[in-house]
Amino acid sequence: MRTAFINELILQARKNPKIFLVVGDLGFSVIEPYAEEFPNRYLNAGVAEQNMTSVAAGLASEGYHVFTYSIANFPTLRCFEQIRNDICYHNLPVTVVAVGGGVAYGNLGYSHHAVQDIAALRTLPNMTVFSPADPGEASGCLQFALQRGRPSYLRLGKAGEAKLHEPCDLTQGPVPVRAGTAPVAFAVTGSVLKPALEAAEILSQRGIEVAVYSCPVISGEFAGAFKTLWRHQKIISVEEHGFAGGFGSFLKEICPANVHIRICAIPEANAALVGSQEVLRKQAGLDAESLARTALEAI
Amino acid sequence: MNSKFETQPLARQIRTEVIKMVAAASASHVGGALSMADLLAVLYGEILRVKPEQPAWSERDRFILSKGHSCTGVYATLALLGFFPLAELQTYGQDGSRLMTHVSHKVPGVEFSTGSLGHGLGFACGKALAAKRQNKNWRVFTMLSDGELDEGSNWEAILFAPHHRLDNLVAIVDYNKIQSLGSVKEVLDLHPLAEKFRAFNWAVQEIDGHNHNEISAALKKLPFEPGKPSCLIAHTIKGKGVDYMENKLLWHYRTPNVEQVATALKQIGGGP
Repeated sequence: MRTAFINELILQARKNPKIFLVVGDLGFSVIEPYAEEFPNRYLNAGVAEQNMTSVAAGLASEGYHVFTYSIANFPTLRCFEQIRNDICYHNLPVTVVAVGGGVAYGNLGYSHHAVQDIAALRTLPNMTVFSPADPGEASGCLQFALQRGRPSYLRLGKAGEAKLHEPCDLTQGPVPVRAGTAPVAFAVTGSVLKPALEAAEILSQRGIEVAVYSCPVISGEFAGAFKTLWRHQKIISVEEHGFAGGFGSFLKEICPANVHIRICAIPEANAALVGSQEVLRKQAGLDAESLARTALEAI
Repeated sequence: MNSKFETQPLARQIRTEVIKMVAAASASHVGGALSMADLLAVLYGEILRVKPEQPAWSERDRFILSKGHSCTGVYATLALLGFFPLAELQTYGQDGSRLMTHVSHKVPGVEFSTGSLGHGLGFACGKALAAKRQNKNWRVFTMLSDGELDEGSNWEAILFAPHHRLDNLVAIVDYNKIQSLGSVKEVLDLHPLAEKFRAFNWAVQEIDGHNHNEISAALKKLPFEPGKPSCLIAHTIKGKGVDYMENKLLWHYRTPNVEQVATALKQIGGGP
C-alpha cells in the first residue's frame, strides 16, 4: 500500500507543483523515487515529529499541499497537538500519512501498533480520516485528499496488500465490494477488509449471504454518504483499531436508531500480546473464521 | 510598506493600550506584553515590511507571535498601525470578539494562532523554508518567551533551522527571566542561553530589549551571519514601564484595578 501511495504521489506531483513531501526520517526504499524526482518539494525533517508537523503547517500556509510521512503513531499521536492547533484549527492543506495502521507492524510491539489513531484524529476540526483497504483505495484516498485541500489523515497499511476490488469513486461513500440486500452487512475500514471478504465467502459456501462494504472515508463531513449502509438492519463494523472511539463508534454516532451495530475491534487487553499481524488479528477476532462466527451470531 | 513610525511614542501607545485592554477584560498576562512592547515598536515601526491596508500582501515579512498569551501587545501594535480600527481593541476578551485572549489568526495582520507554547518557531521554520524553496525575499520573525523554551518542540526547531540554512528566519527571545511559577533560573534554567543557540549553529546577538537603538541596530543587519538563522536574545523586564509590575511574578496573572490603571497610564505617559 505504501508503494501505491508513493507512486500516486509522484503522478500527482508531476501535475501539481504545490505537492510537498516531508518525512520523519522514515520511508527507506519507499520515498526515494519521489525525493529524486522532486528534490525542491521534498524534505527529511529528521526524527522530530512535532517540528515536522509545525513545519508542514508553515509550508501549507504558503500554498503547498504537504504530506507528512512516518510510521504508526509517530506522525499522529506524538505530535497530536501540532496537528490539532497548527494544521486543523488553521484548516491547512496537510495530509498526515502513517504507514502501519492497526497492527501491521505486529512483532515490533505495542509502540508500533496504531490502534488509537482513528479515534484521536477524527475528533479534530476540519479533519477527514482516510483508511484505505487496498492499493487502489490508497491511490483514491490520496486523490480525494488533494481534491479536498484541507486537513486529512491517510492511514495506510504496510506492504504487499492484495487488490480487493476495482478502483472506484471514493467520494460516493462506502464501497459495496460484495453487494446484496442481506439483512447483515460487514462495514469495514482498512486492510482488514480482506478477512471480512473471506468471512463472507465462508458464509456464502454455507448458503448464507452477507454484504461487505469498504469504508475508507471516516468523517462526519461525509456522514450522508453512509446512507447506503442503513438499508441493512444489522451492521458488523470491522476495524484494526481499539474499540473506543474508532470506526464502529463513528458509525454508531451517525446511524439511524433502527440500525444495530456490532463492533469488531481490538480489545485493550491485547496490548500485552506479541505476534504477527495475522496472529494479532486472530487473537482479536478479526480473522475470517472469527468474523464468520460473529456474523452467524448476528443472524 | 509601512511608513516609519517613531518608535518611542509607538511603544508608549502600545503599553497604554495593553493596560486598557487587560483591565477592561479582567485579563492576565500583562507583564509579558509590556516586556516585549519595545521590541514590537521597533519591529513594526522600522523593520517589518508590511502593509496595514493590505494585511495579506504576498511580499510582506511574516511575524509569528509564539508567546500567544501576550497578544495584547500585538493587537495594540496592529491597531495602532492601522490593520484594524483602534476602537476594536475595546472588544478584547469580550464574548464574540475576534480579539481572543491568545493571539488569533482571524485578526488582520496576525499570521498564526498560538496559545500552547512551543508551536511558533516550527511554524516559522516552515514559512522560512517555503520562502527559500520559492526564491522569495520576505523574512520570517518569531517572538518567543523564555519560559516556552522549556518545550522540546522548540529544540527540534532550533536544530532544524540552521541545518536548512534558514537565514531568512529571526527568532527573538523576550528574555524577561520570569515564567509561570517562578523565575526561569528556579524553574528550569536556560543559562547560558546564547551559548545554547550558538552550539546549535545560530548567529546570536544579545541586547537590552528596551533600548530602541540596540534593537534597531541589530534588526537592520539581518541575517546576523549569512547562511545562519538569527537569534536575538532581548534581555527585558517583565512588566516594563509600570514600576509596581516590574519583575513581579504576580503580574503574569493579576489584572490592575482602577487606581492601578491610573498609576500605570501616568507612568507610561502614552496619552489618554
